[in-house]
Amino acid sequence: MKSKAAASKPGEKKAQGDLAGGMNNLSVEEKVTVKSKNLNVLDEYNKSKRKKSANFVVIGHVDAGKSTLMGRLLADQGAIDQRTLDKYRKEAEKIGKGSFALAWVLDQGSEERARGVTIDIATNKFETDNTAFTIVDAPGHRDFVPNMIAGASQADFAVLVIDSSIGKFESGLKGQTKEHALLVRSMGVQKIIVAVNKMDAVQWDKERFTEIEQQISSFLTTAGFQETNISFIPCSGVLGDNITRRSAEANASWYTGRTLIEELETSEPYTHALDKPLRMTIGDVFRGGVQNPISISGRIDAGSLQIGDQILTMPSGEKALIRSVEVDSEPSDWAVAGQNVTLNLANIDPVHLRSGDVVCRASAPIPTITTFTAKVLAFEHLMPMLVDVHRGRLHVPARISKMVASLDKASGAPLKKRPKIVSPGTVARVVVEMDQAVPLEAPTRIVLRSGGTTVAAGLLE
Amino acid sequence: MRLIKNKIEHNGSGTVTLCPDEPEDMWHAYNLIRPSDVLRASAIRRITSTQETGSTSSARVHLTLEIRVKSLDFDPQSSQLHVSGQIMNETAHTKIGQFHTLDLELNRNFTLEKEIGANGEGVGWDSIAVEMLKDAVDEGGKRRAEAIAVVMQEGLAHICFIGQFQTIMKQKVEMSVPRKRQGGSDHDKGMNKFYRVTLETLLRQMDFNTSITSASNNESVRPVLLASPGFVAAGFQKYIQSEASTTMPGLKRLLPSIVVVHSASGYLNSLSEVLQSPAVKNMLSDTKYARETRLMDDFLDQLRKETNKATYGPREVESAVEQGAVGRGGGILIMSNRLFRSQDVAERKRWVSLVDRVRDVEGGEVRILSSDHESGRRLDGLGGIAALLTFPIIEDDLDSEEET
Repeated sequence: MKSKAAASKPGEKKAQGDLAGGMNNLSVEEKVTVKSKNLNVLDEYNKSKRKKSANFVVIGHVDAGKSTLMGRLLADQGAIDQRTLDKYRKEAEKIGKGSFALAWVLDQGSEERARGVTIDIATNKFETDNTAFTIVDAPGHRDFVPNMIAGASQADFAVLVIDSSIGKFESGLKGQTKEHALLVRSMGVQKIIVAVNKMDAVQWDKERFTEIEQQISSFLTTAGFQETNISFIPCSGVLGDNITRRSAEANASWYTGRTLIEELETSEPYTHALDKPLRMTIGDVFRGGVQNPISISGRIDAGSLQIGDQILTMPSGEKALIRSVEVDSEPSDWAVAGQNVTLNLANIDPVHLRSGDVVCRASAPIPTITTFTAKVLAFEHLMPMLVDVHRGRLHVPARISKMVASLDKASGAPLKKRPKIVSPGTVARVVVEMDQAVPLEAPTRIVLRSGGTTVAAGLLE
Repeated sequence: MRLIKNKIEHNGSGTVTLCPDEPEDMWHAYNLIRPSDVLRASAIRRITSTQETGSTSSARVHLTLEIRVKSLDFDPQSSQLHVSGQIMNETAHTKIGQFHTLDLELNRNFTLEKEIGANGEGVGWDSIAVEMLKDAVDEGGKRRAEAIAVVMQEGLAHICFIGQFQTIMKQKVEMSVPRKRQGGSDHDKGMNKFYRVTLETLLRQMDFNTSITSASNNESVRPVLLASPGFVAAGFQKYIQSEASTTMPGLKRLLPSIVVVHSASGYLNSLSEVLQSPAVKNMLSDTKYARETRLMDDFLDQLRKETNKATYGPREVESAVEQGAVGRGGGILIMSNRLFRSQDVAERKRWVSLVDRVRDVEGGEVRILSSDHESGRRLDGLGGIAALLTFPIIEDDLDSEEET
């Protein structure tokens, strides 16, 4: 080093000094700096003339036809080109699962295709004339309810798919149809569209439809949905009847209501907490490509961000720099709450990022806690026991350490202090302890599960 | 553990000489030895002596020391027990009253003395201690049903060893696996890497010899339970199979002992579900563990169905015993052995007298659960004590409110 410097400019001592000084500043790590445009994101958001956007989650019992129905919707809306669809059809027939071709649009995983079961949530988008929709396709199998909870936490409203064929509806009602509906309700979803699927299998029997409508609507109203926010549509995902086009079937002529796409369009725009501090739960950590070695995706729960912002991930407490932002797979300079984004990061090691972690700002960090009090609605018997706490992608083992009181459902006044056991359908206040520190803050909706069933859901206090 | 000599007097004082011969025996010793007991075992002590010239020399000497126990330190991961206290016997190298920490070792006898003081300050060999001793002494060495469980989910695996009396969480594997996305194979790649790391960790923990040559010595392989929600465990089994047929032929010996079962999540919370599954029940049917898990499930069932015929919590159970509800004809008192480990003599006496009363006066059954098992952990969540009652009792609200 020295000889080289001496050879280049022997006379100038100052340059030499600089060179030596520069050595100290050298570091193995390559720091990336990204220039922030210093936009006022909220102004930009108000200026931008975007279509209204809506996220919805598709729920229901396993094999109700959720993925196929959504595949049909995407295909008919032109979000999937015919060539891809033909390819799927050919491949699906090759392994003897021809009827699964449409579901393959969303079931991209090799395991999912081989088994014909959705395992993880899949997001996809399509646009109508006045709305941009994001579909979150949730798995129906009971083992994957944690993934479904992650999907439901991203949704504004829900589409409940029901298998109308004989026997299937009844078994679904006992299974995940009920659990899912209760879950989305307790996670704050107000509006629900019930797609009564596979109507072709029962010859578009009107009586069957009314029977299902009555049973489901009475259940949904007891679950806390308002009657005006529930709608029913008889349809067929495989054939595409009453999805984007009216059914041409003679048997189905009795139905004159809206098709699924028309019903979706009636959804009101949803407001999000744009001016609150930034909160985003990481849904996935992946390698975006050669250009973007570390990327995270998720939905912004509150606040806004832009390129060049410094973010903090909790619970690791590491800082990172936003190198670029993608909103719904389109590059953007900024993003606000309610949008599904992919953030390409720099200056952070991937070991500090896990799905379920929360992105926030150093100026307003989210606290990490090991114990909390929550007001919950019990779905099963509650007692001091081991549970899993779920909030979006985040799920951690925990235990109910104390039952503070059972509460009056309407007024919230304590009925009985320190109950021995809380029976299903009762509201109670409980203390939950976790083994590790977890980023959670009030008010947040949480779900408690134990042994593969949802035991309670409620609000962190 | 082998019983070498038993000299317990009628009044409960006396000595016992034991020889631990497997790691789990350390756990028994941990439960048997209590502060203020006298423990005699061989020890190595470093002696520093100063010469007249001022130079010092130190030497390590083998001694047999007798100490009055002050505190115990147990490391479940490596099954090591350190007992510290004050030396009671005079030797050439030590003075009475000096402190020493004894490390109990496998295959080395130790003698434990429990005494009843003149005015009852010691507890001696009470009924619980005698029972624990009986549990600890395994005559035929035939109760050793051990299994290894790998409880996993995408990107998370817990490897634990299930023994007679304790479950040891050996290692946790955590890894971020990318989710599925359009046209990417990152997920499959990530899962493969996750399987690879989990298998490596598992083999290391099992001390499994993967070389082909070791296949000749027919060492028995403990059953390996793979548990997960969905298809992760099945995928892992498939991965092990493919590894066995390609790169690691030594793994073939492992394959027959693998059992895939369902669990609700990848956390240790779901271990009870794993042990309740039919496939595992066959294998471990009459182990203490399985019985304890079943007992806890029965209790929770009872609590759900007939709330007033089951109770938990120290005060509640004591009042139920007081009323005679834990008696003949189905009354079962369930206690965690954590309660008997209490440093406070009065506290221990309280529980021992409760147990004696239920067993000898009321005629009920008493089960003491190991707090190092999953069932014991569930019991600890309920305050470490619970009871199934013979008749329903209504509890006063006031009674329990005082506690807060």
